[in-house]
Amino acid sequence: MSSANAVASGHACIPTNPPLVRRILTSFIANEVRKVGVERVVVGLSGGVDSAVSAMLAAEALGPENVLAIEMPYRTSSAESLEHADAVVAACGIHCEKIEITAQVDAYFARFPDADRTRRGNKMARERMTILYDHSARWRALVLGTSNKTELLLGYGTLHGDMASAINPIGDLYKTQVWALATHIGVPPQIVQKQPSADLWKGQTDEDELGFGYREVDELLYLMVDQRHSTAELAAAGFPEAFVKRVTEMVRGSQFKRRLPVIAKISNRTIDRDFRYARDWGR
Amino acid sequence: MARPFQFTIAVAQINPRLGDVEANLDLYGQQMREARGLGADLVVFPELSLSGYFLKDMVSTVAVRLDSAEVTQLKRLSRGRSLVAGIVEETDDFTFYNSAVYFEDGNLLHVHRKVYLPTYGLFDEGRYFARGDRIRAFDTRLGRSGMLICEDMWHPSSVYLAALDRALFVYCPSTSPLRGISDDQEKDNNARYWEMINSMYAQTFSIFLVHANRVGFEDGVGFWGGSEILDPSGNRLAKAKYYEADLIAAEINLKAARRQRVASPLLRDEDIDLTINELLRIRGREVDGESRQAKSAAAITRKSRTAARAMRGGRRRRAT
Repeated sequence: MSSANAVASGHACIPTNPPLVRRILTSFIANEVRKVGVERVVVGLSGGVDSAVSAMLAAEALGPENVLAIEMPYRTSSAESLEHADAVVAACGIHCEKIEITAQVDAYFARFPDADRTRRGNKMARERMTILYDHSARWRALVLGTSNKTELLLGYGTLHGDMASAINPIGDLYKTQVWALATHIGVPPQIVQKQPSADLWKGQTDEDELGFGYREVDELLYLMVDQRHSTAELAAAGFPEAFVKRVTEMVRGSQFKRRLPVIAKISNRTIDRDFRYARDWGR
Repeated sequence: MARPFQFTIAVAQINPRLGDVEANLDLYGQQMREARGLGADLVVFPELSLSGYFLKDMVSTVAVRLDSAEVTQLKRLSRGRSLVAGIVEETDDFTFYNSAVYFEDGNLLHVHRKVYLPTYGLFDEGRYFARGDRIRAFDTRLGRSGMLICEDMWHPSSVYLAALDRALFVYCPSTSPLRGISDDQEKDNNARYWEMINSMYAQTFSIFLVHANRVGFEDGVGFWGGSEILDPSGNRLAKAKYYEADLIAAEINLKAARRQRVASPLLRDEDIDLTINELLRIRGREVDGESRQAKSAAAITRKSRTAARAMRGGRRRRAT
């Protein structure tokens, strides 16, 4: 897909404006956390750029003493990921706990030894979610989301796993925007510059698995979603037809991950259909 | 009370609590006390700031009637000065409006019901509110005024009507969400657009324009604040912070309006007859279709002249 990058670059200039985004997001975190009546957040720190940005923004918004980071390595997690997570903790002075998930994941898969790596990866993401939500209760803290707009649109995340959170400061930022913000707020450069990876198995990288680069898909998504360009316009802008088709299908096919479960309508007031309230109801 | 030539207008750029009228009334009271310290004769609050904005099914539960205890409390807060509040108004026939209410010295002076209810993108007002059907200026002790709510301002005809109805002041309570970013800008794209139209309207219509926006977040949607008070030359007399609660005040001197209207008598020269004739012609075309247009044009023009004369009531005559 490097050809798409070459042809399409320059057609979509995604704005980043890190100083403004930083101001909005720190205000967002402070507002949305405190109105619930809590002061703190808990965040899973993977060593990647997304969780680094979320954690550091929260440290700025709430004070580092109000942010609990949890490192949750599995036995195959890379040593580099843990070093990077530690670097974030050192950079912003937040609390950190390390909770290994190996025992609980392996105990389960002892019953299903032939499970493939997708099942194993999803299970790891969901074990981490249960730990974060347990600490949400233990520490009276909201779970801070770390999914960016690119992966949310592509469905490149585990439903009820890493996609689960109470509030998500970076869910409307494409990966390339997250990178720009990361540099601006002082995320250690080795984290910003490395190949993104879910680190669910050895040597995994997002771009290998997806089959395209974040920069090229962000340009496409920005034109497709934010600027509402048609397929014909995207082709005219130089994006290969197969690439546009595949990404369009990924967005459509993962819509279920961005919605509540489907509820069968019986009454006159069905939750979220004709029983409509803001989440911030009364807050 | 005699009309003062010089006075102070304030904007309470607050972050109301969604669906909690009691808490927001307290916030109003607290802001009125603070504004007194700034010598404010009038305090303007944002759109729906007594209830919060993304109300959805809460509209009917946070609505207040004009004879309610809540409105009585707002009247009380306006004693000795003036107040513009943003409320969900419930009528006798159980209709709900997104309304701005002007209080002066303990009395309710005027209600404006939002005419243009945005129902697109992130907005869903048309689902929950009834639409206002008039834009009227009204007399206050500070001068003739008009109120427009948020989206109303995005329709130039609203400001035009208020100005031609001789409003010297236009108060615009709003709940404007931040959205869209561009590089190298200290504020979002929506804020930039608003500042452009505010300045343009103030200057074009030679009016004092007060934009009272809110701040805070509701379900992740932030409001950009940046409230402002402009004089009839488009100068910013006071400017609130972006994205943070604030209370601003500006001293209003009517001489500024006089100077501007002497220098650019645009409103005096406005040709209402021409506007009405053309609007009636355009409406006739839309109602009747192109084929009947030629036939009816003459009749419409005749009718419109009579209508225009009746509407003007001889109050506003062209110089020529």
